[in-house]
Amino acid sequence: MVRTNWKVFEEDYWAINTILQELLKNSNAASVLLLDKTGQLISSLGDPPQFDMHGFASLCAADFEANAQLAILIGEKDFSTLYHQGSNESMYLARVEQNIILVILFDKRTTLGLVRLRAKKAVDNLETVIRRLYGKLEYENEENNEFNEEFVQQAELEIDSLFTD
Amino acid sequence: MSLINYSSREINVKIVYYGPGLCGKTTNIQYIYDKVTPETKGKLITLATEMDRTLFFDFLPLELGKVKGFKTRFHLYTVPGQVYYDASRKLILRGVDGIIFVADSQRSRYDANIESLYNLHENLADYQLKLDDIPYAIQYNKRDLPDVIAVKDLEEELNPKHYPSFEAVAPKGTGVFDTLKTVAKSVLRNLS
Repeated sequence: MVRTNWKVFEEDYWAINTILQELLKNSNAASVLLLDKTGQLISSLGDPPQFDMHGFASLCAADFEANAQLAILIGEKDFSTLYHQGSNESMYLARVEQNIILVILFDKRTTLGLVRLRAKKAVDNLETVIRRLYGKLEYENEENNEFNEEFVQQAELEIDSLFTD
Repeated sequence: MSLINYSSREINVKIVYYGPGLCGKTTNIQYIYDKVTPETKGKLITLATEMDRTLFFDFLPLELGKVKGFKTRFHLYTVPGQVYYDASRKLILRGVDGIIFVADSQRSRYDANIESLYNLHENLADYQLKLDDIPYAIQYNKRDLPDVIAVKDLEEELNPKHYPSFEAVAPKGTGVFDTLKTVAKSVLRNLS
């Protein structure tokens, strides 16, 4: 079951970014992204991409999910990692906990072996942070002062001005 | 599944256009893409067949201005309408925050609408969700075509619970933003 309405708090965000930074440095990758299985981008570090990050994240999530369905068809629970090899740029994707996907973009400055090795450690560390975050969400107070009536009214005005013929 | 990032002050929400094949889901998204200002939209991604039928999904990210310091982003998705792409539809519904059902008003597509709506209920049930749990609106598209069913009759069959509904002619934009605004507002209201 996919988590609904999940949140990333300041402390967890920085913990995540510290792990991604270390991964980026140790693996010699070009960039790393963390997203959830619905395609929402959580964080990204490394070389600024030349493409739309949100579109990229939605396609990565779709890629992962389509492959998970293929795994089921051949009798596997899922594929915990995926690798796409290009002539210059390659991608390595790894599942973190049940709902998060780590994406590593790399080129000839590194090797698949090194990326895979460093990714494994990063996944372990990220899982610790994500589990702690889930724990917080379980006990979070239902009341949320930031998203009050004032927020809704302002958001509605923005929606009205954005969506006009 | 809305994602709220308190550190980067971002909110991401997912709205899915559902409906039978060729009902105008992609046309809705294409119209929105053409009309919103360049700085508010990301790249429109379309995974379609050579015949311009949606194969997996269309995706359009839209960015609202900052609201109380939070950058709010809507991710609009369409599902493939054809019956045999059900696995794809189910995947796209994962983590949905709001749904727009686009119905084809033509008499010849009456059964296809009913079948697609039934399929939506079934796929939501797989995620332990019901339409009542999610911001939802129905759009009666193609109102300009001959031999369309009266809205009253469509309401009776497709919308007995009287969710918000809109008449539309998607290529001209009629009803497109009204439908989206209703669901978008309702999704953000759900955060509070």
